[in-house]
Amino acid sequence: MLKKPMLEIRNLHVKVNDQEILNGVDLKVNAGEVHSIMGPNGSGKSTLAQVLAGRDTYEVTEGEIIYQGKNLLEIKPEERACMGIFMAFQYPVEILGVNNTYLLRTALNAQRKFRGLEPMKPVEFAKLLKEKAKIVQMSDDLLQRSVNEGFSGGEKKRNEIFQMAVLEPTLGILDETDSGLDIDALKIVANGVNAMRSKERAFIVITHYQRLLNYIVPDYVHVLVDGKIVKSGGKELAFELESKGYTWIEEEDRTAIPANA
Amino acid sequence: MNNIVMQSKESYLEGFEHFEKDSLVNDPTWLRSIRRAAISRFSELGFPTIQDEDWRFTNVGPIVRTPFQLAQNGRIEIDSRELERFTFPGLECNRLVFLNGQYSPELSSIGSRVDVLKLDSLAHALMLDGDLLDEHLARYADFQRDAFLALNTAFMKDGAFVYIPKGAVLKEPIYLLFVSSANASPTVTHPRNLILLEDNSQATIIEDYISLADDVYFSNAVTEVVVGQNSVLSHYIIERESKKAFNISTIRFQQSRSSNVTFHSVLLGGALVRSNVHPVMVGEGSECIINGLFMPTGRQHMDNYMRVEHASPHCDSRQLYKGILDGRSHGVFHGRIIVHKNAQKTDAKQTNKNLLLSNEAQIDTKPQLEIYADDVKCTHGATIGQMDQNAIFYLRSRGISEDTSRVLLLLAFAGESLQRMKVEPIRRGLEEIVTQRFAQGKPLDSVL
Ligand SMILES: Nc1ncnc2c1ncn2[C@@H]1O[C@H](COP(=O)(O)OP(=O)(O)O)[C@@H](O)[C@H]1O
Ligand SMILES: [Mg+2]
Repeated sequence: MLKKPMLEIRNLHVKVNDQEILNGVDLKVNAGEVHSIMGPNGSGKSTLAQVLAGRDTYEVTEGEIIYQGKNLLEIKPEERACMGIFMAFQYPVEILGVNNTYLLRTALNAQRKFRGLEPMKPVEFAKLLKEKAKIVQMSDDLLQRSVNEGFSGGEKKRNEIFQMAVLEPTLGILDETDSGLDIDALKIVANGVNAMRSKERAFIVITHYQRLLNYIVPDYVHVLVDGKIVKSGGKELAFELESKGYTWIEEEDRTAIPANA
Repeated sequence: MNNIVMQSKESYLEGFEHFEKDSLVNDPTWLRSIRRAAISRFSELGFPTIQDEDWRFTNVGPIVRTPFQLAQNGRIEIDSRELERFTFPGLECNRLVFLNGQYSPELSSIGSRVDVLKLDSLAHALMLDGDLLDEHLARYADFQRDAFLALNTAFMKDGAFVYIPKGAVLKEPIYLLFVSSANASPTVTHPRNLILLEDNSQATIIEDYISLADDVYFSNAVTEVVVGQNSVLSHYIIERESKKAFNISTIRFQQSRSSNVTFHSVLLGGALVRSNVHPVMVGEGSECIINGLFMPTGRQHMDNYMRVEHASPHCDSRQLYKGILDGRSHGVFHGRIIVHKNAQKTDAKQTNKNLLLSNEAQIDTKPQLEIYADDVKCTHGATIGQMDQNAIFYLRSRGISEDTSRVLLLLAFAGESLQRMKVEPIRRGLEEIVTQRFAQGKPLDSVL
């Protein structure tokens, strides 16, 4: 039986300032799956995440992205969010003067409106917030502050997962959410993600370190080097990478015959 | 000097002769001599040009070239319902309305609790309270220095007179509404307000400048405020004149010992606007907070001119100005701080932050510190930035539309200023006005 994937990236080429960063990425993600993308610094991981979320400073020069049967590249970032795509930023933005809770209520109600639902009642929203805040241990203080303003690195990352928990996306993309976290914070973040895993939902977990994958166990691991996925495999690949390092892949990649030669 | 400038000056001088002849038989001699002194000072000064350091960024040519007539006293009737769209819902206040510069008892509403204070038109007070006015009127705002101030002083006749006695604490704000309405040809008004707070008193005053039609007119307003010892004043000037109007205003605070002034300036309307803010802290330990928001768009020009004088030790001043500039507008922030020789332990801080929404918009920001004391803390800072595209993308990536994201960020920027305004109906009303501006006229609820 052929199941249509939730997300299909075909031969994606992306440029920034005339510099090619992604050159021919292919990826298929089905509902219920967790894919991990690993790769050295500067290999294009964040670029891929940003392009999926719709950042227009990245220029797609070739290829396509199909999400839920639709051409994602023609869809505005806010509509992608409404269609269930959520990207947790590697570097969450601080927004002075916009209250964290207010942002979430505005976002949630915008998404509900898109789906033809009424705005959530304030009481209901407060309940939802409280419940989700518990999962990632967000304090009331953080909820009432300006978005990410004066947050520590760990607090920012937890805030991303908290937002994801409230918005309940179909496809969650985590861009190095684990980087810079101590082990306790890492566990909190991983628990938040694991609690959301379901048959209907998929995740792309971008990480630099294998450590996170001890807590969020992926179904597939892909290695991105120089803007191309050079190796894919099961979760064992992550362990292999951890022990041998990225240079192992890079060397192997160099000796391999190019796929489209 | 070119012909038009000469002619314009002449016409003000002639206008003064008529003005003096026409209506002033009953005016006290002290007033007449101040007016005379002021008009002759105007005659000496002439209109400022951009060669004047204080007017470097603002060309008053359009005001000089427009042949303004003194607004006539022939009564224009307006229905109070016409003012409704300008009201701040929920604002309970004593309201004085001035129509083309003249007090309108019909449109005003003064509550019964007014027995503790005096709330009057200047014209009326001149007849009733001559001595008190003689003591204060035109004693603080120095017309020697400024041609527009001199003109206002020469033509001063009506405006608000507020007297808050010793120890009185006013719960409700005093709202002064200046309405310009339907004039066949361009008119000029010279509203003149005098506000006296005796020691240990507390009050909130709101000046609001509006227009019922899209007319060309010139409001040349002056407000003098004397703040007694240990008194607390919160004062607002909201400028939302017609898009074709000119507005030049001077507010002058005379602050006694341990007095506390918070001044809020919101500039929204007008083609050419100049706001002079001039507190003098003459008493030790006084404090002055100046909180400004200006939002020019189109071809509007808005000039904020601060002259903050520390004339006594241990005084604190804060200037916090935020500008949001769109279209081909031009904004100016000129922040002058003068610390007199004896004003030791002065703590003065000035901040001007600007957001440019278009490539054609322009801001000139200039600090100017003159410090004659040696033990002082004076800091200033200015920033000019654009909309944070990272923040917009962040909000959009959560499902919020681009328009709403922009409005949220602009409200956040303006919010820093609006949040300092403690009169809630005013703050909410202004938030609504600001939002509508950014959301192309859509109301707050529909955007957010
Ligand atoms: N906005 C940008 N402007 C210029 N160069 C960029 C931009 N974003 C990414 N790059 C460049 O693209 C390459 C890949 O970056 P990135 O996707 O952030 O990699 P990773 O997340 O894997 O570390 C790097 O060389 C980086 O310098
Ligand atoms: Mg990255």
